[in-house]
Amino acid sequence: MRYLTARKRAEGKGASHTGTEHHWFMTVTSVALAFLIPVFVIVFGRALGQPAEGVIATFSHPFPAILTALTVFVGMRHFAKGAQMMIEDYAQGSTRKALIILASSISYIVIAVALYALAKLTMVGFLFEAMH
Amino acid sequence: MAEVKRVERPLSPHLQIYRPQLTSFTSILTRITGNALIVGVLLAVWWLLAAATSPAYFELANAVATSWFGDLIFTLSAWALWYHYLAGLRHLYFDAGKGLDIETAEKLGMGMIVGSVVLTIITLILV
Repeated sequence: MRYLTARKRAEGKGASHTGTEHHWFMTVTSVALAFLIPVFVIVFGRALGQPAEGVIATFSHPFPAILTALTVFVGMRHFAKGAQMMIEDYAQGSTRKALIILASSISYIVIAVALYALAKLTMVGFLFEAMH
Repeated sequence: MAEVKRVERPLSPHLQIYRPQLTSFTSILTRITGNALIVGVLLAVWWLLAAATSPAYFELANAVATSWFGDLIFTLSAWALWYHYLAGLRHLYFDAGKGLDIETAEKLGMGMIVGSVVLTIITLILV
């Protein structure tokens, strides 16, 4: 009989079978968001409350558009994995699986909707400029 | 199969008799703010989609986003965002193995609470 030491159990990829991948993902995305969020808050805050023309003008510019796309993409993946941690703490079995899939789905849907909206705003902005 | 001998670990604290502490409070709040931010994100992305769809649809979404309800959501989201932001920075500092003694952790916790309120006020004034 082999005595399993605590170290032996934690070796390789450990009990999660993914090693520290989840933790490292959160670390990498959190550093990215630390740079993105302050700039995004300024851009979004200034656009909010403007008439449609102002909103289109803002988000059809390359910098606000790319910044928003990055913030939503990285932010939503960070959310999906963070929500997964909470779900794993409070739910078991099939409920846990269903909730993790739901959180992941919401994050991808929000990403897709935001990218679609940004692409369309860029085209609308382009048409406005062409007409004037 | 080798028998897996589980190490005798201390039980997690029973919530009803667990004295509320600044460190546990700030940690729980990090989870709540992070997950609750989805509400503000959904409103913001819906508003963005409406701007890309049609003037009539934007009018509706903009009316909601700039109503007292929208103001409430975005103001709470701003605070949640800044709180979670500072908590994330503290997490990175903890990950580096620093600031883990109780005195420093509590100072950082107070810093997060005060800092998030200050940053929210600055955001509301400037943006």
